[in-house]
Amino acid sequence: MKLVTVAGPPSAGKTAVIIKTAVHLKKIYSKIGVVKFDCLSTSDHLLYKKAGISVVTGLSGNLCPDHYFVSNIDDCLQWAKKKGFDMLISESAGLCNRCSPHIKEIPAVCVIDCLAGAETPKKIGPMLRYADTVAVTKGDIVSQAEREVFSFRVRQANPKASVIFVNGITGQGAYDLSHAFSKATDVDSLEGAKLRFSVPAAICPYCVGEMTIGTDHQKGNVKKMVFKEVEEAAV
Amino acid sequence: MTELMNTPVAVIAEEHPYCMDYFRSVGVSIADTELTPREIIDALDNEALEDKGFSKEQISSHFIEFLKQAAMLKSTAERSVHSVTIVGGFDKSGTPENFELILKPGDIVCIVGTTGSGKSRLLADIECFAQKDTPTGRTVMVNGKILDGEDRFRLENKLVAQLSQNMNFVVDMSVGEFIAMHAASRMIPDIEATVEAVITCANELAGETFTYETALTQLSGGQSRALMIADTAMLSSSPIVLIDEIENAGVDRRKALELLVKEEKIVLMSTHDPILALMGNRRLAIHNGGVKKVIETDREELAGLEILQCVDEKLMQLRTMLRAGEKISLDMKKFFEL
Ligand SMILES: Nc1nc2c(ncn2[C@@H]2O[C@H](COP(=O)(O)OP(=O)(O)OP(=O)(O)O)[C@@H](O)[C@H]2O)c(=O)[nH]1
Ligand SMILES: Nc1ncnc2c1ncn2[C@@H]1O[C@H](COP(=O)(O)OP(=O)(O)OP(=O)(O)O)[C@@H](O)[C@H]1O
Ligand SMILES: [Mg+2]
Ligand SMILES: [Mg+2]
Ligand SMILES: [Zn+2]
Ligand SMILES: [Zn+2]
Repeated sequence: MKLVTVAGPPSAGKTAVIIKTAVHLKKIYSKIGVVKFDCLSTSDHLLYKKAGISVVTGLSGNLCPDHYFVSNIDDCLQWAKKKGFDMLISESAGLCNRCSPHIKEIPAVCVIDCLAGAETPKKIGPMLRYADTVAVTKGDIVSQAEREVFSFRVRQANPKASVIFVNGITGQGAYDLSHAFSKATDVDSLEGAKLRFSVPAAICPYCVGEMTIGTDHQKGNVKKMVFKEVEEAAV
Repeated sequence: MTELMNTPVAVIAEEHPYCMDYFRSVGVSIADTELTPREIIDALDNEALEDKGFSKEQISSHFIEFLKQAAMLKSTAERSVHSVTIVGGFDKSGTPENFELILKPGDIVCIVGTTGSGKSRLLADIECFAQKDTPTGRTVMVNGKILDGEDRFRLENKLVAQLSQNMNFVVDMSVGEFIAMHAASRMIPDIEATVEAVITCANELAGETFTYETALTQLSGGQSRALMIADTAMLSSSPIVLIDEIENAGVDRRKALELLVKEEKIVLMSTHDPILALMGNRRLAIHNGGVKKVIETDREELAGLEILQCVDEKLMQLRTMLRAGEKISLDMKKFFEL
């Protein structure tokens, strides 16, 4: 059983990229399953079904999807094993930019789109910085110059990753990306496996349902903004 | 590399000017350039780093890796591709293609064929250095050699720059700022002169001129296309430029091709336009997923090209009249000397 984690900002093209990559992976792994982690709702399962890929969805509701991922990924792996899959791919929407689902020894892919602007790679946290491979989508609608600047910025944010442009619509580049997926080795269980970076608990009263605003209600792990003399914005 | 970590950043910056940029990208401002990377990183606050999703180990190891890669980028700027060889595979029915094609800098190759015939597939084969492992079974070599393993997927080996009708500038910056940013990411030493050259060149290709200060997103279709072509010719790291149907782009197509050839690019162009097709040195006719014919543009065809260009010029005159709000009530038969 092989596992690959795929993460990226909402609507970056994760599903499109996984589906196009699976076309090539199917030549090596006959049964591929996907587990989709999202927050409130998703219709990705319909896209996967249409592409002939088995899928199970986990909705984290009022938890950070990456936290939810950590507590459920081993169960997903066991489910996939029982189903007789050769490869399980997790798709998770990186919503808080601070957490990331990447696990040590498990191939980690980050999907980002180059419409997001040159500063984006800097803003995306561990999900990008701890990935082995970065798939950049939507290069078909921006200029060559922007693609080159964007890939330079990605490399600055994570010099160790390989960067591959993938077109989520035509599948161009998906073949190259499938090589990164097929680097996965067999895992039986994730018991004891380590995340690549911590996913800190956000334990404040608002995490557990508090709705009233005001200092009286801010207990536990509260962080306040600091308002220094307004500085000239650094360029 | 421990040495590097213990060298003052001011000294590192002499050889690697982008080293400051790295620290900026991880949100670290350097107050004193006499400090070493080790000292700077050690002084960071662990908790604040963790909050932002950083760790000291990662910043150090990424810093070293980034310098290595940036140096590599700089050296590949001088890399030369003398030839790209495509060895045929099989068409969609499994019939062997039996062709071997060697492309050299300055070549213009047109790709013709109906929708779904496999034009994009051929370009994708080149882009991923196919090694009999794509649906076509083709092999692609650079300078007569096969690239393998990790080398295939390295960014600095990216062979193909693309220009197509669907592409737009989306960043919110001025022309000058953005081209300077592109030049910086290519480690170009004289950024100012480069930016100036790119803008001048783009203005020669487009009708209406724009300046350093014009916002990218305010450029007209023709102006963006012209800037994309000039930037790709002069600043892109990729030796091959793939042009997807720019017939109606509102730029001087002949000048655009001349520029790309002058900059020693290998130009691949998928087109239905007879004038563009004849401007190529040769063309590949694709059918059913396979290259069926390699046609060299010969003297006979070139003689035809001159006439086509005269007709094109006449059409251009009519377009100019239209734009000027004139009536087109001349004797067409006479006008076209039919
Ligand atoms: N032009 C273009 N569109 C793309 C590309 N990749 C994906 N898209 C489009 O972008 C939209 C979002 O793609 P998805 O694959 O659903 O994105 P996602 O990251 O899975 O989104 P969530 O799961 O909702 O977070 C879809 O309309 C895709 O067709 C690409 O390379 N080029
Ligand atoms: N030799 C081949 N063997 C197998 N499949 C092929 C071969 N050549 C092309 N194909 C497949 O045929 C399909 C259509 O090819 P492609 O997209 O390259 O066409 P195109 O000429 O670019 O079409 P369009 O003009 O519409 O862009 C693709 O799925 C491609 O992978
Ligand atoms: Mg999705
Ligand atoms: Mg095509
Ligand atoms: Zn989180
Ligand atoms: Zn909370």
